[in-house]
Amino acid sequence: MVAAIRHRGPDDEGYFVAPGIGLGHARLSIIDVQGGKQPIHNEDESIWICYNGEVFNYIELREDLVKRGHSFYTSTDTEVIAHMYEEFGPDFVHKLNGQFAISLWDANRQRLLLVRDRVGILPLYYASDDDHLVFSSEVKGLLASGHVSAELDPTALDDLLTFWCPVAPKTIFAGVQQVRPGEMVILENGSITTRQYWDWDYPADGEFLQGDPQGLADELEDLLSDATRIRLRADVPVGAYLSGGLDSSSLVALIKKQELSELRTFSIAFESKAHDESSYQAEMSQHLGTQHSRIRCSQQDIAGKFMSSVWHGESPILRTAPIPMNLLSGLVRQNDFKVVLTGEGADEVLGGYDIFKEAKVREFWSRNSDSAWRPKLLQRLYPYLDFSGGRNQAYLKNFFGDGFDSIDQLSFAHQPRWNMTSQIKMFYSDEFKDSVVQDAPARFEAAANRAWPSWRRFNRWEYVEAKTILPGYILSSQGDRMLMANSVEGRFPYLDHRVIEFARRLPPKFKMRGMCEKYLLKRAMRDCLPESITNRTKQPYRAPNAEALASESEFDEMADLLSPASVANAGYFDPGRVSMLLNKARRSRTLGERDNMAFVGILSTQAWHRLFVEGNNEQL
Amino acid sequence: MASELQTQVRTFILENYLFTDDESALGPDESLLDRGIVDSTGMLEIIMFIEDELGVQVADEEMIPENLDSVNRIAAFVGRKR
Repeated sequence: MVAAIRHRGPDDEGYFVAPGIGLGHARLSIIDVQGGKQPIHNEDESIWICYNGEVFNYIELREDLVKRGHSFYTSTDTEVIAHMYEEFGPDFVHKLNGQFAISLWDANRQRLLLVRDRVGILPLYYASDDDHLVFSSEVKGLLASGHVSAELDPTALDDLLTFWCPVAPKTIFAGVQQVRPGEMVILENGSITTRQYWDWDYPADGEFLQGDPQGLADELEDLLSDATRIRLRADVPVGAYLSGGLDSSSLVALIKKQELSELRTFSIAFESKAHDESSYQAEMSQHLGTQHSRIRCSQQDIAGKFMSSVWHGESPILRTAPIPMNLLSGLVRQNDFKVVLTGEGADEVLGGYDIFKEAKVREFWSRNSDSAWRPKLLQRLYPYLDFSGGRNQAYLKNFFGDGFDSIDQLSFAHQPRWNMTSQIKMFYSDEFKDSVVQDAPARFEAAANRAWPSWRRFNRWEYVEAKTILPGYILSSQGDRMLMANSVEGRFPYLDHRVIEFARRLPPKFKMRGMCEKYLLKRAMRDCLPESITNRTKQPYRAPNAEALASESEFDEMADLLSPASVANAGYFDPGRVSMLLNKARRSRTLGERDNMAFVGILSTQAWHRLFVEGNNEQL
Repeated sequence: MASELQTQVRTFILENYLFTDDESALGPDESLLDRGIVDSTGMLEIIMFIEDELGVQVADEEMIPENLDSVNRIAAFVGRKR
């Protein structure tokens, strides 16, 4: 099992085996490089721990534990967790500031704890039958245990073809669950219980932070500075991703304030001008005086890394955007770095996504649904859509105007996207269609935080984003998995729980002011960044999709994966429809959004099937 | 009985948006918008098809659902313009 996840920790391995329990660990050594071998135990060896991640406030926690009489045999954050559990029991987790997937064995109680960080930065999977529970940071580990075989869960694919990812605890593998973000799984006396120790939550009206915007901006900057400071703690060099957008530029500015003598930054450039941000990256690198390395990503690179990215991601994907992140972490590793700080999370926590703006416009439009000029605000969001002369109005209304009667629903902002993504399901084979109950949105709403009706609409939209795409796609397919493909750890200051807990009490108007996204972050950072960055129109991170994959000359496995025989053999999709889609992708220079997602989604599902179901989990 | 033009339009939409050759998948008067068959990118593709394959230029003010929202409406529009 450990060998199957060696890429996550190539520096060392360690095991603890006792009657009824076995822990294994593949180590990426970052803190206490010499002395930090895992598993690690407490003083009397009654508590054993293996974990992946970092507890960034371990220095402060350790000082407190020493005062309480605990003694330590390493300088690691891992050992701090063992003593924290010893001191506080399962409630210890509330005191951790970090990103973690913890397995902890309490020999006295014969209790196993599996704990995942609050927002799902690090993965943790498990599967159980009557006699066994197996767990691992990746499903590959479970498959190697011999207790799990790879089979697709139809409901999870239906989730993915709605939300872009299965919603935890589901995974695309039947019988395999993920520990939910903010959850603890406890195995004791032969039974499994779960406890949600943290969740996304928002205030009811009247409970928002009071104060003037400048005061709140100062407070945000202080919190982000401290979140950044403790994320620089490591016994190896730490670098940063610099995309040229507001979030990573702000982050790099915050790192520079910590007075590091030298900072290495890394970015991706695209051959395709539509996706490339390298001029902004160069500007920020020069402005902040970082030593910058860049990797250029071509369409051939997307095709070349496709199979390995599905292998590491362990899931179908609807866009190719994770693949350049695989190349980028490779660049980091080539430069002998194994830790980077990165700006993910700012859009979710501080109000950055276009989908929030889009929902605001739709909300505004719905007050007078016949208005011709209200929807023109959409033009500011999507300048490439032509709104002149009222033409296209019917098409716009059909897409964006959908759901005017459901404005108070939890999924109001996301419903147009979910509807469009769900159109991929028309490619299901008849047999597969019969095996799926297509009720993903209803299932999501049934499992949501029951307090949501008391929240502001904007907070409801943020919640949906934080419970679906953030952990299931941004932090997983595009985050941890692409980092760990090259044994690199990412750290996420915007997802420090203190930042989240502050931001969720901000009045929504300080997140998105009018159509200005991340207003308070811009205000907090305006003295540190050039105006060209703070005033820049947000450019969503995208990569070339079907156009990079549809050409047989660039990706020779593609034709085989999408051949009628392969598609029929896997059984998920209809071979005839898939052939027509492939023909269209080859014929058209650019596919529309839906067809692009369908192409990448079907191709990656076929690749997933080949690698894990047919390929029997053989190492790629 | 469907005209050759209607068949041509329907085949294009079936193959390019519904990815099927099953004619029962789309009625001649069904709304492409209401069925969610085309979005604004899809509309551009239909206009390109009308201009490139059917040889009829579409003016800005003609890009309205009354002309383009079903197989029969497209066929009638193209028929009028030819």
